[in-house]
Amino acid sequence: MSDRAPLGGDDIPRGAVGVRTAEAPPSPIAPVPEVPERQRRRVWNRRRAHGRPNVLAGVLATVWLALVAVPLYFLVAASFRTRSEYLSDNPLAPPPNPTLENYETVLTGDFPTYLLNTVVVTVATVAIVVGLTLPAGYAVARNAGRAVQRGFSLMLVGLAIPAQAAIIPVYLMITQLHLYDTLLAVILPTAAFAMPVALLVMTNSLRDIPRELYEAQTLDGAGPFQALRHLVLPLAKPAITTVAVFTSLTAWNGFLFPLVLTQSVSTRVLTLGLWDYQGQFGTNVPALLAAVTLSVVPIFVLYLVGRRYLLSGLTAGAGK
Amino acid sequence: MAVTRQDRPSGWYLAPAVTFFGAFAVLPMVLVVYLSFTSWNGFGFPALTGAENWSRLIEDGRAWDSLRLTLLFMVLTWVVQTPIAMLIGVWAAGHQRNRAVLSSFFFLPLLLSTAAIALLWAAVLDPNFGATQALPFLDGVNFLGNTELVVYTVVWVISWQYIPFHTLLYQAAARQVPQSLYEAATLDGAGRYRQFFTITLPLLKYTVITSTVLMLVGSVTTFDTILILTGGGPGTATRILPLHMYITGFSGFEFGYASAIAVLLLLLGAGLSLAVTSATGFRKMQSQQEGM
Repeated sequence: MSDRAPLGGDDIPRGAVGVRTAEAPPSPIAPVPEVPERQRRRVWNRRRAHGRPNVLAGVLATVWLALVAVPLYFLVAASFRTRSEYLSDNPLAPPPNPTLENYETVLTGDFPTYLLNTVVVTVATVAIVVGLTLPAGYAVARNAGRAVQRGFSLMLVGLAIPAQAAIIPVYLMITQLHLYDTLLAVILPTAAFAMPVALLVMTNSLRDIPRELYEAQTLDGAGPFQALRHLVLPLAKPAITTVAVFTSLTAWNGFLFPLVLTQSVSTRVLTLGLWDYQGQFGTNVPALLAAVTLSVVPIFVLYLVGRRYLLSGLTAGAGK
Repeated sequence: MAVTRQDRPSGWYLAPAVTFFGAFAVLPMVLVVYLSFTSWNGFGFPALTGAENWSRLIEDGRAWDSLRLTLLFMVLTWVVQTPIAMLIGVWAAGHQRNRAVLSSFFFLPLLLSTAAIALLWAAVLDPNFGATQALPFLDGVNFLGNTELVVYTVVWVISWQYIPFHTLLYQAAARQVPQSLYEAATLDGAGRYRQFFTITLPLLKYTVITSTVLMLVGSVTTFDTILILTGGGPGTATRILPLHMYITGFSGFEFGYASAIAVLLLLLGAGLSLAVTSATGFRKMQSQQEGM
């Protein structure tokens, strides 16, 4: 950063601006007469820096768009082809006779079971994580005692621990608890490993609640539990949403814990189900791709109705 | 009236979370170290065998190959993802309408699970019926069957999956750069590229650190993508350390030895995040994250 760059646009002496702009090409934007001169100059400057189309960036963005869009187009297009069309057609041409046959194959099979299992795992994991980290975050934000802060530090260590390293002992523990091949076996470790990020998000948000509000609650004679219920819970709603979305995505996309801790069709979650289709459908790739497409639909709907919440939940993982 | 101790939440509000986390995350970390000194085939109880697994690990050429491959993955995924994510993130930070519309497409891979992405790309790259077969310059290339090529293919698929996430981080950070800095630089005659290198890039420093930690730890733990795409093959061409651990344990039923590999993985993951964060200032990074 140039050390002589003035920080505020308003502080720039008029003369200096005149000297610099004299060498610049004339502005393509006609100044609006009503706007005061100083303000007009600021608009002009901003236009000069960002109004000219950035060709190189535009080209790169278009290339990237193609790299993202073409595989997704291929996915959806192939899911509407018949098996023989898939083997003979140009894979990037639109399907000549779109068919729902593949979706029928998938939906009349075990797909609904897989979906239901994933929903159960996701809801239960979110309930545990939100239910435990909300009061925990409240304690960390409001209690500076040594024990509480030590507990907080312990959970933050979890941010640096790869879940893969835990998989063998978790398998041992789950078999010893006689939980192998149950949905609970998936829920417990998934919730535990989502907790550090969740607690960090909760704590940061609850620390932002002004102390005066807590004190007003106390003056009204409320104990910590009433404060949690009537003050913290309503004010923490954005943080709860972020944690819920982050945890849902973690549970929804989870692969490793279900892979190692479940076995039968009745406990199979969606991600494992998709992988199983690869073997089960063999060369029936269109049916596999229909299943993949269907698995994206719920998250896609969430993206359409609550993009902001989805993105905040996704970046909550950046605390990791 | 001052707030007394009794009006504040006690440690019991934190206890359930710590207990739960302790039971299903901390206890396994302790157990895995214990298990690395045992022999266990998955049935019955593990039997102590001393340092046998560890001396075996030191002599296991395949484990070291896996470690080398993991480090190669780490470097390659960082080199591919960082410039693309940064450029697209800074570009998408602009409030122009066309940029807003295009960026909503850029984030689409975020909606797919890892399993969905791996299966999608397995179909796209199929040498007989995949999408690449329709492109003249890629026709017939066996992306997943060629031992030389497969590493780069997997790096690409992982990058395709995670670039949108890192783009989000860079977009959010680039939006926080004060507009007045660019205005001032423009007055000083700095062009667009000079502005990027003298203003944007230095101010994105902590985002680069955050994103790098996530990428490095992420590539140590990349597991499901590779398992589905290649199963670690062809041969052992893509058998990175977590996959080597999984195959040793859950296919070879040598859980004791696999635990020793898991401890190595644990040290690598935890060591990396600690090294990067302490080398660059953890406190600063945290305060930067709070601003996101």
